[in-house]
Amino acid sequence: MKIAIIKYNAGNIRSVSFALDRLGVEHIITADPDEIRNADKVIFPGVGEASSTMKYLKDTKLDELIVSLKQPVLGICLGMQLMCSHSEEGDVPCLGIFEETVNKFELPQPNTDLIKVPHMGWNAITNVNSALFDASLEGKYVYFVHSYYVALGEHTAATTNYILPYSSALHKNNFYATQFHPEKSGDVGSKILENFIKL
Amino acid sequence: MLAKRIIPCLDIKNGMTVKGIKFVGIKEVGDPVELGALYAQQGADELVFLDITASHEGRKTFVDLVKRIAQHINIPFTVGGGISEIKDAEALLNAGADKISINSSAVKNPQLINDMAKNFGSQFVVVAIDAKHFDGDEWIVTVNGGRIPTEKRLFSWAKEAEERGAGEILFTSMDHDGVKQGFANEALAKMSTELSIPIIASGGAGSMEHFKDVFTTGKADAGLAASIFHYKEIAIPDLKAYLNNEGINVRL
Repeated sequence: MKIAIIKYNAGNIRSVSFALDRLGVEHIITADPDEIRNADKVIFPGVGEASSTMKYLKDTKLDELIVSLKQPVLGICLGMQLMCSHSEEGDVPCLGIFEETVNKFELPQPNTDLIKVPHMGWNAITNVNSALFDASLEGKYVYFVHSYYVALGEHTAATTNYILPYSSALHKNNFYATQFHPEKSGDVGSKILENFIKL
Repeated sequence: MLAKRIIPCLDIKNGMTVKGIKFVGIKEVGDPVELGALYAQQGADELVFLDITASHEGRKTFVDLVKRIAQHINIPFTVGGGISEIKDAEALLNAGADKISINSSAVKNPQLINDMAKNFGSQFVVVAIDAKHFDGDEWIVTVNGGRIPTEKRLFSWAKEAEERGAGEILFTSMDHDGVKQGFANEALAKMSTELSIPIIASGGAGSMEHFKDVFTTGKADAGLAASIFHYKEIAIPDLKAYLNNEGINVRL
């Protein structure tokens, strides 16, 4: 079993690597197309800005590579957003693996509950329905940091409520994605990573 | 619904955890990685590690410690203390820190907030503010562990930090810190209403009720404390069960 973490110009790659170390899972951090293509599973992490990151993926042709992957792929945070069709962040077309779109959170007016953006901290995942999750994970709290969200859609695999109900996970064929950070979500996050590794 | 966060703060000196009473009379209380892992297991939502001697000593020990923390702990953590340049932040990011906090260096050079946010994203930048109550609504921002008053005022400085790209504000009331009589709820509520980024309340936690008050009256997004956790006066699972019973949304 070999996991490839896609190396590109985004943060938190090391955190994902440390999380896999804690689970005792062999992995490489690589931008090499052959290494990525030949891995048993691929993780596409990310913290950053959508349009500049999409430009980087295009320049390096990682965009075509990611879309063509046949093994299980897990996008995390920005990775998930980039797997959608379009992001409002920089108004940029994305990889289009999921037809869903990425929109900016709008604060309610009037903002009586003092809602903050970014959505930062621990929130619950509900209606979980992909192989990343099992019934024991319904309603559990995971760690989020984001200002843009994916609307509910055909590929929603978990729902979280912040300002509105939105997709906190997606699933389509071999592609899985989480808006939250499983690598920073304590034991619940470790379980989700383990479920991905077991696919 | 987003949970209110409980954040133990570990002050680090020479690689060990310490907690000063009003920043004077420091006592060692344990190994940071061991203590951090214990808090994570008990349900802490995040951790803050502040290198309180960073300005005076070499930073390499702290960067190595940050890497060990990142390897062993599976919840987010912030590191701070003596970060005054992009390259300091970059070393900590590469060591695995999720966020950095800047304090005195941002007061001296506010542009640092813009630069940090541009380089690493706002989510990485916590601006810590230590302030002393002066009169009425007026709070004076202090630096160097509360020793030096500045020209800046709490609310305008917090707003400026937000506009420059801070992702969160960590506000410590120097009047409340270490005395365990509750948080500076009035000032916290005012700040939370004026700003649209999360506010972490620090200084004054002495009882479980103080946390309830800081989330209700103080409208804070997170409550930070040190000694009450380090000296086992309050256990995190008990605190969370209490807050849950009081109708406050926490991660159990």
